[in-house]
Amino acid sequence: MTADAACMAMKALTGAVPRAENPPVQRVVEVVGVRPVDAYVELTLAAPEIAERAQAGQFVAFAIGGASSALLLRRSIAISTADDGQVVVVVSAAGPGSAWLTERRPGDTVDVVGPLGRPFPPAPPGARALLVGGGYGAAALVGLAARLRADGHAVDAVAGAAGADRLCSVQELTDIADRVAVTTDDGSSGRQGLVTLAVDELLPDAGVVYACGPMPMLRAVADAATARGIPSYVAVEESMACGIGVCMTCVLPIVGEDGKTRFSRSCVEGPVFGGDRVRFADVGTLPWDVVGADAMGVVAP
Amino acid sequence: MTATTRTFGTESPASRGTFGTESPSVDMSTSLGAVPIPSPVLTASGCSAFGRELEPFVDLTAIGAVVTKSVQLRPRSGRPTPRMAETPSGMLNSIGLQGPGIDGLLADDLPWLAERGARAFVSIAGTRVEDFAELATRLRGVPGVLGLEVNISCPNVESRGEVFACDPVAASDVVAAVRAAADPAQPVYAKLSPDVTDIVSVARAVTDAGADGLSMINTLLGLVIDPDTMKPVLGGVTGGLSGPAIRPVALRCVWQVHQALPEVPILGMGGIRSGLDALQFVLAGASAVSVGTAVFNDPSAVARVHDELAAALHQRGFASVTDAVGYAHR
Repeated sequence: MTADAACMAMKALTGAVPRAENPPVQRVVEVVGVRPVDAYVELTLAAPEIAERAQAGQFVAFAIGGASSALLLRRSIAISTADDGQVVVVVSAAGPGSAWLTERRPGDTVDVVGPLGRPFPPAPPGARALLVGGGYGAAALVGLAARLRADGHAVDAVAGAAGADRLCSVQELTDIADRVAVTTDDGSSGRQGLVTLAVDELLPDAGVVYACGPMPMLRAVADAATARGIPSYVAVEESMACGIGVCMTCVLPIVGEDGKTRFSRSCVEGPVFGGDRVRFADVGTLPWDVVGADAMGVVAP
Repeated sequence: MTATTRTFGTESPASRGTFGTESPSVDMSTSLGAVPIPSPVLTASGCSAFGRELEPFVDLTAIGAVVTKSVQLRPRSGRPTPRMAETPSGMLNSIGLQGPGIDGLLADDLPWLAERGARAFVSIAGTRVEDFAELATRLRGVPGVLGLEVNISCPNVESRGEVFACDPVAASDVVAAVRAAADPAQPVYAKLSPDVTDIVSVARAVTDAGADGLSMINTLLGLVIDPDTMKPVLGGVTGGLSGPAIRPVALRCVWQVHQALPEVPILGMGGIRSGLDALQFVLAGASAVSVGTAVFNDPSAVARVHDELAAALHQRGFASVTDAVGYAHR
């Protein structure tokens, strides 16, 4: 066991994130809204059966193209909000699949599976919550912010991105949160710098941290929270083929409650993990102390 | 694809009276070895885990069987990420047989399937002949275990030398050991690799060694390089290519082997996405099919392919799926 893992096993700040309340459904649903928002496109789906099941932190998985599409793998995208029978997602056109999604028009139909994954756990009683979103990851925090406020928690939010056009959901978070800070790498909006600038200032008041965004940001936020003994929950964005737990492509090294590290599926054991349970430094490697690494011929140094 | 109604010999399908005009009532029952199954459409090993995740989307008791992800003696972490790259009409994977090991399977996954009445066709894998034999022994008489698929062809192993299916002698050693150790009531299917010069010789060798049937095909070994990093995309460097991109290769393998060994049952797989895809495999000689990568695209694909295949058989005048097996050779 590495010193890191030993440390986590001794004083874990988070437990295993509980499963969602409802199983997913697969439906062909209508796109009822398409709204370009700077670098992204916000899609609104008329999907009542998914909306009524969804909890903050969960995601949906879209089939791309029709029945003969050459792009076979589902695109998994975090749910921003799920109210009144409508599911809202924010799509970044990063490749041909997500670009196809952004080209949908009202009246088009899409095949979608959801809600998938484990939701953000509730905040500890009375805790002030700090929400940190990177790029379009901020969209995944809008529904959470609303739920936390409804549960009586004070909410602070930080939204960061490379530039102003890559910020997301700032207005929605401003409408809900008590305090909102914005950072951009190039200073084109808010303060120039990484989200950690604002996070470091707001952390002392926080009783729990929730984050969604790129892995380096999640790592920085989780490390900062853990260093202060504050529980954090991160929603990871791992490459997934199916979104439902059968393809085994989206695994991350996650420290379990028994202190052992396993390759855990981001789709069904995540996407929300305790920030102190993700071995960020070991992502993309096969550490010798992962359960079953010995069978792969990887031995203790 | 045309939908020509065909008749066979002197007996016209309509005169059999086995189906109505409204809903097709093609007899979809078939068998794996000597074991009957109610549907010719199964999951594919490595593409539906141990079946549990499909429960919201598919009636697991109605499909032919859940073909499990390959199990080994010990728990296995699998390879580091990235494990997947999307390719035209397919994907490359290098999972590396991540799994709970036989103890986990026996304690957890197989009882779960058995409680629901779902049939399990358990895929077994190992690095030594004795590993395979021990796995077969452990699975004797286990409730719900319909049979064994012997994965001698996974490309995501530490050494290509471990791909038993590339060598007829090594392949038959494994199959003979499994057949000798396995429950006599459990059919043993050997899963073959298309990455060989002559798949018929491997097929002949493993059936001579006692295989009750053949699963064809496993993935093809492939590679994708990221033009930005200028390095291989996958953590495992190479990976297995699957999906509709490999369907013609798979179909050719089924065709060749059925032609050479018409009495040997074939479980066909490789890029099946629709009922018409499945029909091609049946016509080429498969008595059952597995739907693999298509499940990633459509979690209800196994049930959908069953329905589409039944409709396609009906449209072509077949009263049963078994009537259509190998029809393209006639």
